[in-house]
Amino acid sequence: MAGSTHALPTASVKAGTIGRTKHVSAGLEAWRRFRRHRLAVVSAVILTLMVLAVALGPLLWQVPINDIDFTARLKGPSWSHPFGTDDLGQDLLARMLYGGRISLAVGLAAMSVAIVVGTVVGAVAGISRGSVDAGLMWVTDLFLALPQLPLLLLIIYLFRDSLKVLVGPEFGVFILIVAVIGAFRWMPVARLVRAQFFSLREKEFVEAARALGATTPRLVVRHILPNSLGPVIVAGTIDVANAIIAESTLSFLGLGFPPDIPTWGRILFDAKDYLDFAPHWALFPGAAIFLTVLTINFIGDGLRDTLDPRKVM
Amino acid sequence: MSRYLLRRLAIVIPSLLGISIVLFTVLALAPGDPFEELATNPNIPQEVRAGLREKFGLDDPIALRYLRWFMAMVHGDWGFSFVSRVDVDVLIRQRLSTTLFVVGSSQILALLVALPVGVFAATRPYSIFDQIANTLAFIGFSLPTFFTGILFILLFSIYLDWLPFVYRADISATGWHWYWAHIKQALMPVAVLGLFQGASWTRYVRSAALDVIRLDYVTTARAKGLAEGTVVVKHVVRNALIPVVTLVALQMPAVFGGAIVTEQIFRIPGIGSLLITSILANDTPVIMAVTFVFACLVILFNLLADILYGWLDPRIAYR
Repeated sequence: MAGSTHALPTASVKAGTIGRTKHVSAGLEAWRRFRRHRLAVVSAVILTLMVLAVALGPLLWQVPINDIDFTARLKGPSWSHPFGTDDLGQDLLARMLYGGRISLAVGLAAMSVAIVVGTVVGAVAGISRGSVDAGLMWVTDLFLALPQLPLLLLIIYLFRDSLKVLVGPEFGVFILIVAVIGAFRWMPVARLVRAQFFSLREKEFVEAARALGATTPRLVVRHILPNSLGPVIVAGTIDVANAIIAESTLSFLGLGFPPDIPTWGRILFDAKDYLDFAPHWALFPGAAIFLTVLTINFIGDGLRDTLDPRKVM
Repeated sequence: MSRYLLRRLAIVIPSLLGISIVLFTVLALAPGDPFEELATNPNIPQEVRAGLREKFGLDDPIALRYLRWFMAMVHGDWGFSFVSRVDVDVLIRQRLSTTLFVVGSSQILALLVALPVGVFAATRPYSIFDQIANTLAFIGFSLPTFFTGILFILLFSIYLDWLPFVYRADISATGWHWYWAHIKQALMPVAVLGLFQGASWTRYVRSAALDVIRLDYVTTARAKGLAEGTVVVKHVVRNALIPVVTLVALQMPAVFGGAIVTEQIFRIPGIGSLLITSILANDTPVIMAVTFVFACLVILFNLLADILYGWLDPRIAYR
């Protein structure tokens, strides 16, 4: 492709860096690349602050999340309630700090499920050609064509009660939501990994390892998989954002976590009938979801620049 | 082209079968009982309940129930809503057009935003316009539809009081008043869905257009003395659309997911809100049928994308 243009300005070739002889460690090199994406760095800082707030906030802001106070219903932000209160006079800051833990935990856990399932399916399909590959890809395509939100709603509604009985209300819903969101997000990862395997499998270093007598599992685990992880990490980052949106959507439709567990989506769901009296109630959790998702997306974009070995910087 | 179409159609059938099996298995494994309300009602004796279960064949083996359900689906008999006491296909037909109208117009809006912005940004990479468009696109697809919907209601319905925030299918006005009321109430839901889709499509269009814009044949077209507009529209856009169509087709499930959320926020009487109400009412036949309709819509739009793909890139169709 003659003179093709890279998707990002940071990818433009910088004269003088190519003939560099000084050795730079991989981590430092990655950081050097990541740093060039300014919005990604800013996003990383904001996201770190939000994670810290959610992790440490409840220790500093010790207002109980279910402290009902009818004298302070639907109050706007004030010194005693920085984010205002809801229709029962419960402190929104405390509820959001608590809910943020769950939203972020769901995002991370669902992403892990999606990555693990996707990597295994993609790796198996990529290394074993023929009918196994065709079958797995048929399943992947089938899952891609499924109407995800209707099915999510259906499964959660149907299985919520029985899981609650099994492992308790909070943890049961958590497991269910993580498993179901993960189960509908692994397909892009599987396709990525499979595509990586197809190209890596034919590379000289894999040939060399095979010639030295490496078994197929060793080839996969030690040689092919580590080299195919770059795009997977990027996809995983974006998946955290998608999973957070998915969880909030479920809670927003009233089919996520029960009302006594205030995830951000759940707070929005409760707030949407009071928009005209108490807009702050909806705005704070909405802004929190938006900010988290936006920063994660920007970080993913920065990581894409960082981890793409074809880009010379 | 016709052979290509036939091949695509042949792929549709196994996916529909697969989806129907997945759906039915999920539903059959679930612990819910459509006669639960009757069970808790003391006025209805146990025998009546058992009789009803037998009549609807709820105690038969799963495979038999699937086969019966599938044959009924093929015959156009979609079952009877336990809650609304209407045939399911009637219920869905009443609401399908509203959903299709909202989703369709939002997709058109998304295209109208994404195509010009994406192509214009690609012709001037890294310019101020490109950077602003890119940042706005990021913000656009990071804003979840339920939050944009709430923001729109807050701004346009509550503070400015310009637009209604409840969508009504039964507007009593006639003539152009009817159209005006219809446009006013559809504006917010369509914008919410369309801008969300448009934001992510803008990025696809931009990167696809960037890939082709520096290719030799585009330079050749310019060297022939063609006007810049002709070069962009006829040479760049058409080829840039090929990967975009694939990505758009992959996003179809997300589009209909967004439609469910939007219908819930603006209380649009479409099949998305029908799904939510029937899930809350444990109305099994309706849930089943609506989910299946959603699956069919996704597959239908994928098929359309495939046809478009064949038209844009004849090499694929004639291979």
